Amino acid sequence: MANSRFTGTSSYVATHDLMMAVDAAVTLERPILIKGEPGTGKTQLAVEVSKALGRPLYEWHIKSTTKAQQGLYDYDAVARLRDSQLGDDRVHDIANYIVRGKIWEAFESDVQPVLLIDEIDKADIEFPNDLLQELDRMEFFVYETKQLIKARNRPIIIITSNNEKELPDAFLRRCFFHYIRFPDKETMEKIVDVHFPGLKKNLLREALEAFYRVRDVPGLKKKPSTSELLDWIKLLLAEDIPPEALRAEDARKAIPPLHGALLKNEQDVHLFEQLLFLDRRGRTQ
Amino acid sequence: MLTGFFFKLRHGGLRPSITEYLTLLDAMNRGLAARSVDDFYYLARSSLVKDETQFDRFDRIFSAHFRGIEDALQSLLGEVPDDWLQRQAELYLSREEREQIEAMGGFDKLMEALRERLDAQRERHEGGNKWIGTAGTSPFGSYGFNPEGVRIGQHGSRHRRAVKVWDRREYRNLDDTVELGTRNIKIALRKLRKFAREGAADQLDLEDTIDKTARNAGLLDLRMVPERHNAIKVLLCLDIGGSMDDHVRVCEELFSAAKSEFKHLEYFYFHNFIYESMWKNNRRRHSERVDTSSIAHKYSADYKLIFVGDATMSPYEIVYAGGSVEHWNDEPGAVWIKRLLNTFPKAIWLNPEPEQRWDYTPSIKLTRELMDDRMFPLTVSGLEAGIRRLLHGSAGTTSAPVGH
Repeated sequence: MANSRFTGTSSYVATHDLMMAVDAAVTLERPILIKGEPGTGKTQLAVEVSKALGRPLYEWHIKSTTKAQQGLYDYDAVARLRDSQLGDDRVHDIANYIVRGKIWEAFESDVQPVLLIDEIDKADIEFPNDLLQELDRMEFFVYETKQLIKARNRPIIIITSNNEKELPDAFLRRCFFHYIRFPDKETMEKIVDVHFPGLKKNLLREALEAFYRVRDVPGLKKKPSTSELLDWIKLLLAEDIPPEALRAEDARKAIPPLHGALLKNEQDVHLFEQLLFLDRRGRTQ
Repeated sequence: MLTGFFFKLRHGGLRPSITEYLTLLDAMNRGLAARSVDDFYYLARSSLVKDETQFDRFDRIFSAHFRGIEDALQSLLGEVPDDWLQRQAELYLSREEREQIEAMGGFDKLMEALRERLDAQRERHEGGNKWIGTAGTSPFGSYGFNPEGVRIGQHGSRHRRAVKVWDRREYRNLDDTVELGTRNIKIALRKLRKFAREGAADQLDLEDTIDKTARNAGLLDLRMVPERHNAIKVLLCLDIGGSMDDHVRVCEELFSAAKSEFKHLEYFYFHNFIYESMWKNNRRRHSERVDTSSIAHKYSADYKLIFVGDATMSPYEIVYAGGSVEHWNDEPGAVWIKRLLNTFPKAIWLNPEPEQRWDYTPSIKLTRELMDDRMFPLTVSGLEAGIRRLLHGSAGTTSAPVGH
């Protein structure tokens, strides 16, 4: 039950549609799936939601080797065998060797928690389907101790995906969905403002112009994202680059300074340089 | 209540389920979308559409179904009945007339005046420029033109003053009506999984440990095994350029699905048919080439060879020396492909062209013969049949229903 609606926090700018989706997920106690370009704040959203609603946060970062069972619990057989050799008394109770996973911890929480399942598409293709019963009924069975673990308070589950793999339908049906679009200039200004309050307006304007210019270059393998923009601005401030250096009219400095923060790919840098070279040649001829 | 909209979505190609629809109604019941149509739009999208590639279709169906609802809700003057406002022919206004209308005053004044006129109005009126009617030059009503005019529930925006969120079509370039979803391909490619345990032994084999410990009279004997990997090795040769440009999307999906599924995947490109060299980098296809014979020597015979191409060309390109369209080849393509097939006994050809057309193209028939009839269409069922053939080597028909 949500006592307060999520409207973003002082350090995270949430668009209206995102707020609606999070509200719906919290009110109806269903998981929400967040997709978007890398670096648009998907993981950060869970942190901010837990801050805004005042709930504890449990983070489960999925790797390519993660199995659904690891989120529930793990039976440490090796430790038990070792203890049996040493004659430890704990051996007699198998519950001593059940290591709890993140989902179990979230279920045991006294207050309604926020559970973040990060980058669910990294795992095996069947991974989301293995979690269906847990997501639906918020309970699971532990074979070793014959216990049924139920959630004390239904956690708010936030799932993020980088869109590397498609997710199965049965899983998608149970979630709300939100796609974080790349922010437009207005929203971007707000985001930068939140992270760099008091940034000089002309520097902000020039930086955003340069940033969107780079993004618009056709054929880039990896377009720079929000988090890269914030890193770049931090660098610009640290190196004390004046706003005039960012303008494009100065042909010698047409590649933005410190572009290594924006263009992470060798091919992208070459492409950028080539296009500028051609453009310059076209202009002088 | 919204069942009409729900079924429109299903007909439009989206597939919202009943549970999702009930969730939406539940959410509305709890007052989540009570404040504006925008809220309702976002809530509906979040509950019913689970893929951003379908956002555009959703926007279009939403716009078609709820046309006019926004104006009706925003009308500050209570309900203006729809049957008042029927379509009329457009009135084109000259520049001067428009300027006259513009000079009529600000928004508040217009609303005031409208309120008064509605009160005084006794009957429906058409034409004219004082009372509310249709297609007039009055600032009120529909199909009149006034830059500050108030629209009252018509069936289409004539001058697009207030563009609603779903009419903005922001997700248009994300829409892709693709038959073969990547996930479907991956599920089909999963059948090519043959797990083998290779590499460093770092996983506890519990059963073996118990067995060996018991035999050891209780002294612990830990047994480890390496982790399972998909040990299948695939050599993928893709036809590129020319007539294959139409099938680029499908091939890209197949390629990306294959890359994530197989640990040992090697790929090469060719044009139209196999000749003495292929290439890996399309930008450098004329300068950096790999000899086909060295490919045959480098990769062991347990690699599974998959050709992807439409096999559509002049038959000369296959059977004659010098038949290739791009260069002079000393030996005909047929010889080269036979060499490859001798080296890699498990091989199939995937063809994105529909199967019904294969018999009408001589080059496809030729290629099929050269492959000993191991040609399969590039659809999910064709892929499954092809993979079965690769694994078991038995001849299967592509049109048979596939059961899991």
